[in-house]
Amino acid sequence: MMELVVAEQIQKDYQIGEVALRALSGVSFEIEPASFVSFVGPSGSGKTTLLNLVGCLDKPTGGALRVADTDVLSLDRKQSASFRGANIGFIFQDFNLIPVLTVYENIEYPLLMVQNIPPEERKKRIDKLLEEVGMADQKDKYPDQISGGQKQRVAVARALVTNPKLVLADEPTANLDHKTAYMVIGLMKKMRDEFKTTFIFSTHDQKIVGEAEIIYTLEDGEIVDRQTRKGVNNG
Amino acid sequence: MGNLFKIAIRNLKRYKRRTILTASLVAIGVIFVLLFIGVTGSFKTMMTGQMTDSMLGHIQIHRKGYIASIDNLPLTMNMKSQAVKKLEKAFQGMPDVESYSPRIKFGGMFSSFTETTNIRLNGVYPEMEMKTLPLLASRITNGEKTIKKGEIVIPELLSRGMKVNVGDTIVIIATNKDGSVNGKQLRVSGIIESITGPGGRDGYVHIEDAMEILRMEEMEISEIAIRLKDFEKLYSVYNSLTAMLSGELNKQGKPAFEVHTWEGLTPFYNIIRMIDLMTIFIKIMLIAIVLISVMNVMIMAVYERIREIGTIAAIGTMPGKILSMFVIEGFWLGIIGAVVGNIVGIGIIYILKVVKITFDFGRQTGLVLSPVVSLQDIAMISLIVVVVAVLGSLQPAFKASRMEPIKALRHV
Repeated sequence: MMELVVAEQIQKDYQIGEVALRALSGVSFEIEPASFVSFVGPSGSGKTTLLNLVGCLDKPTGGALRVADTDVLSLDRKQSASFRGANIGFIFQDFNLIPVLTVYENIEYPLLMVQNIPPEERKKRIDKLLEEVGMADQKDKYPDQISGGQKQRVAVARALVTNPKLVLADEPTANLDHKTAYMVIGLMKKMRDEFKTTFIFSTHDQKIVGEAEIIYTLEDGEIVDRQTRKGVNNG
Repeated sequence: MGNLFKIAIRNLKRYKRRTILTASLVAIGVIFVLLFIGVTGSFKTMMTGQMTDSMLGHIQIHRKGYIASIDNLPLTMNMKSQAVKKLEKAFQGMPDVESYSPRIKFGGMFSSFTETTNIRLNGVYPEMEMKTLPLLASRITNGEKTIKKGEIVIPELLSRGMKVNVGDTIVIIATNKDGSVNGKQLRVSGIIESITGPGGRDGYVHIEDAMEILRMEEMEISEIAIRLKDFEKLYSVYNSLTAMLSGELNKQGKPAFEVHTWEGLTPFYNIIRMIDLMTIFIKIMLIAIVLISVMNVMIMAVYERIREIGTIAAIGTMPGKILSMFVIEGFWLGIIGAVVGNIVGIGIIYILKVVKITFDFGRQTGLVLSPVVSLQDIAMISLIVVVVAVLGSLQPAFKASRMEPIKALRHV
C-alpha cells in the first residue's frame, strides 16, 4: 500500500532572537491511508510543529516530507493553500469556527470558498455529515449558541466535508471535558471507518491516547517510541 | 462572490457600533460635500446668471484688440457695418443662438446743467438688448423699463450723486472718433442699479441717439453680445464661432475679430473659479476622511480576526479570496456611508430650498438661495467614496492575505 505520509529525517529549527531552537531533530515515520494515529508527548516535545509540517502550514528546515504522494517542500504559498484545500482537513483545539457563519455555513465554507462544489452536491454532503455528527437539529445556530463539544463536532464535519485524504487534529480534546472528549474521538474514529480518511491527532491525555491505533511518542523533538494498537474499540 | 458579500455584511454587523461610527463619519463627509456643492452651486448659478443675463450676455464679439483697450472705449476699434452684417448673417444660421445685441459703447460727459461728470454709455436696440439680457429690465428700478429714442437710462450712482431723477433733462457730450465734440439733450427715463458694486457708471441710450451723439454716418459697433438657447452649449458655440471667424482677416492679414465667453469679460469669474477650487479641496477632505476612517477600521478588523484569518487560510482559502473578503467589507462601508450621506444630504438641501434663505450679491439684495445638486454630482461623490473606501481597505486586506496561517493560528 502506498504510504500517505512519508517523513524522512525531518528537522525544524526556530530562530528566536539570536538563539536557534531545534523543535524537531531527524524525525522519520510513515503513515498508511485510513490510519488513526496519535502523536503524544509533553508540552514542547514537537507535536504541534510536526502536525504543522504534515499539514503544509510550515516547512521543515531539513529532511524530506511527502504527503499524498506530493513533495510538500516544493510547494509555494499558493500551491500549499490549494494542496491543503484539496487533501487536508483541520480540527483545532479551540474549534476555530467562523463566528459569523451558522453551523451549516461553517461546514459549507470549504466546499464553497475552497473547492467550489455545486450547490446540490454541497447540500448532500453537508446534510449527511450533519446527521453523522448529530448536529442536524442545530444547523442554523451560530457558534456562540452551541457548546464546546458541539463546536468540535461541527469542526470534525467541516474537516471531513471536502473528502480529504488526511485530517489533522492538534489537541482536539484539550478544551473538552472527558465525556465529550471521548465522544469526539469516537466520532473521529467513526468517520475514519466510514470515509477511510486518515486521522492524525496530537494529545497529552493518556486516556485519549489509548483510542489511537498507532501512537508515536515524542520527546525533545525526537520520536522515542512507536506503539501499534490495532483493534482498539470505538470508545 | 455573493458569499463574500454575505460574509462581509455579517462581519460588519458583528461590530455594529464600530460600523455605525465609521459609516456615519463617511456619511457626514458626503453630507458636507453635497451641501457645499449645492450651496456654492446655487451661488455660482445666481452670480453667473446675474452677469450674463443682465450685463454681458453669454458670448461677445469685438474687433480684434478691442478688449485690450476696453477701459478707454475706443471708437476707432469699432466694427464696420459690413462686418456686423456678415456676423448677423452668420448668427441667423446658428440654431443655438437665441438672440444678439449690437452695442455702441462710448464715454461722455453727463451734465445736469448745474453739475457735470463722466459716464459710460451703451447705445443699444432696446428690444434686442432686452432679449439678450432678460434681467436688464429688472435692474431698472425707477421709471420705464425700456429705452426709447431721446431718452436715457442712467446709473443709480449718478442719479444720487447728481440729484437727477426720472423725467429730468440732461445733456450728454461726447467726442467722436475724429475728435470733434457733440452733445445731445436727453430725458432721463429710468434709473438702473449696478450689479458690479457702487462703481458702476454704465448708462443706456437708444443706438440711434448714440450714432447722433457720435456723428456716425454709418453704424459702427463696439461689441455684439450673444445669448444662447442653452447655456450648456457655451463652449461648443464659442468654438464654432471662433473657428468660423478665424478665417476673417483684416488688411494686415491678422484675425479681424475676437470672441470671448462671459468668463473672459468679468473679474467675477475668478470668484467662481475660487469656488470650484474650494470644491476640489472639500472633495480632497472627503477622500481623506473616508480613507483614514475606513483604513483605521479595517486595520482593526484584520488585527482582531488574525486567528480567523489563520483558520480560513489553513483550510485552503486562497490569498486572493482573503483579500477580497476584507476589500468587500471596505466596499460595503463606502456604500453604506454614501447611501446614508446622499439621503441625508439631499434631505437637508430640500429643507434649505423650502426655508428659502436669502443673500445679497453686489447691489442685488434678497437673492434666494436655491441649492441644487445634480445626479452627476451625486454619482461622482458616491463613486469617490466607494473607490476610496476600497482603496482604504486594500492595505489591511493585503496584509491579511499575506499572513502565514501558522503565525495567525498562534496569535492570541
